[in-house]
Amino acid sequence: MASPDPSVTDRVRALVAAHRGDRGALLPILHRIQAEFGYVDSDVVPVLATELNISRADVHGVVTFYTDFRAEPAGRTVVKLCRAEACQSVGAEQLVAYAERTLGIKVGQTTPDGSVTLEQVFCLGNCALGPAGQIDERVHGRLTPARLDALVTKAVDA
Amino acid sequence: MTTPVTVYVPRDSAALSVGADLVAAEIERAAAEAGRSVRVVRNGSHGMLWLEPLVEVVTERGRIGYGPVEPEAVADLVAAGLLDGADHELCQGVVAELPWLRDQTRLCFARVGVTDPLSPEDYVGHGGLTGLRRALELTPAEVVAQVTESGLRGRGGAGFPAGIKWKTVLETPGELKFVCCNADEGDSGTFADRMLMEGDPFTLIEGMTIAAYAVGATEGYLYIRSEYPDAVRTMRRAIAVAREQGWLGGDVLGSGLRFDLHVRVGAGAYICGEETAMLESLEGKRGMVRAKPPIPAITGLFGKPTVVNNVLTLASVPTILADGAAAYQALGVERSRGTQVFQLAGNVARGGIFETAFGMTLGELIHTYGGGTRTGRPVRAVQVGGPLGAYLPADGLDLPMEYEAFASAGAMLGHGGIVVFDDTVDMAAMARFAMEFCAEESCGKCTPCRVGAVRGVEVIDKITAGQDPDGNLALLGDLCELMTEGSLCAMGGLTPMPVRSALLHFPDDFTARGEKSTGRYEEANS
Repeated sequence: MASPDPSVTDRVRALVAAHRGDRGALLPILHRIQAEFGYVDSDVVPVLATELNISRADVHGVVTFYTDFRAEPAGRTVVKLCRAEACQSVGAEQLVAYAERTLGIKVGQTTPDGSVTLEQVFCLGNCALGPAGQIDERVHGRLTPARLDALVTKAVDA
Repeated sequence: MTTPVTVYVPRDSAALSVGADLVAAEIERAAAEAGRSVRVVRNGSHGMLWLEPLVEVVTERGRIGYGPVEPEAVADLVAAGLLDGADHELCQGVVAELPWLRDQTRLCFARVGVTDPLSPEDYVGHGGLTGLRRALELTPAEVVAQVTESGLRGRGGAGFPAGIKWKTVLETPGELKFVCCNADEGDSGTFADRMLMEGDPFTLIEGMTIAAYAVGATEGYLYIRSEYPDAVRTMRRAIAVAREQGWLGGDVLGSGLRFDLHVRVGAGAYICGEETAMLESLEGKRGMVRAKPPIPAITGLFGKPTVVNNVLTLASVPTILADGAAAYQALGVERSRGTQVFQLAGNVARGGIFETAFGMTLGELIHTYGGGTRTGRPVRAVQVGGPLGAYLPADGLDLPMEYEAFASAGAMLGHGGIVVFDDTVDMAAMARFAMEFCAEESCGKCTPCRVGAVRGVEVIDKITAGQDPDGNLALLGDLCELMTEGSLCAMGGLTPMPVRSALLHFPDDFTARGEKSTGRYEEANS
């Protein structure tokens, strides 16, 4: 096994230390790692296991259970389209098909230039203003193909 | 110098999703250009989501609403006299007098949309803390008795009587007990938890504090899904304000009560809305469902006695304590007492929050208040209670909104989320989606759910492809029965509900697909 970058190890240790007094701190720590590095590298698993005195299997199991924790970095812009029932009732599937067509990728993939990752999400809590989507950290409602194009272009250019 | 005009622009994420931040900025800019002084308050949303962004201007007549206001329209609106409450085609009149709001009984949502969510002065000025102060005058057992007598049932979907749960925790000895609020609102068609957290966070803090006092808990956890970043931010800020105000901490309101509260964020797992999976997740583990018994009230978070309630259950408690159990119990019908925060969603003309006593019919909510479909086409199907709830046909909407009436119709009231579909919906596709969703989100602990859902997708595909329909329909029936009876929790146990109801009410969508094609929504809208 390749030994992780010492600076990453130190940073992970510091994040663990910041949550030392918290009960069941693994999820908050993983959120911090995800926020800081953009993904949870498999190299940090043994570091977390040692620091938290749990097995590597336990840490790996948690990291892979939750959708939010990525195994590799996402594209510079992340587009999530809601495919739950309420958004389906106002054309979410057609919007997803449109996005796949125009971006040239499938849900779960990143464009070859690394600019956009397209993902599905099941409910953003915007069920009366669907179809809903999230572009980076911002939720958008009443999406149409034209509005989606404009928002994605703006995010990519930013 | 003239007094500034107070203008309300919601900060609710539904309003933000259609441009409320830009609208607020435009109002400041246009007012400055017109030489007018304004004070923009970022309130919660009133829940009339088809009017968002809904701008309100304080006048002598009351708060005059304009909506939906697009950022590009602000300059013209200000020029047309918006800051004086002038008439305009977007003017809705006095907001509090609109039938949609006037006809509601808002207990949980009394302050949502009205106040600045993070202002402690607004909170106390609009009746906040009355329930907690009253609770602290009673013994814990008396508080539990009030909640029991109110008839309050769990608003998360299962409808378990809250008082009975609290009594169990109170009577279970333990140095350390917890109150956990389940804010993992993952069901499509529900957004009331989110709106409450974003629009009136102190109510939830007050409800959790009352629960802590009633059962003898000192620590609380609020588990919010990561898809709700605005709710997470608002709740964290509200908790910090509450600590500063002495509403949380070592000596709550000078009563000697010790209670503190922590926000934890989910990580994109629907199953963590199931209470035992949520507890596992709070412990830093995979969100795997636990077998019950033991029940969380006795062996809950880290094995300690734990109250687990939904956001709206806990947010209903301050009202019950403030106004008394009898006042709450007087509302509603049969064994469904008090109010429920119904959520109109999907293909509906006027979607949003409608809080009213149990008992109004589903049809009245959809047609009278919801205004039918957004597309203007006929309603064909309605799903109530989330992805695990039944689909009801358009001629089955005369059901009263109460737990037992839905149960006896083979449906589930759940948390009161209502998703409307027009006549372009393909119900075999919706049934397939129910299985697909279960396969995607199953925690994997029990076989009926983990494997059954995958098999469910396959067998529905065979039926719609015309492969031995009779044999495969029988197989699907068997599979549904197995999942219902054999699954560990409601995920696998209730996934058959949307599937079977779709089969029952819309059989032709499964077996007579010749004249239909996929993409009917596109055709209808082209």
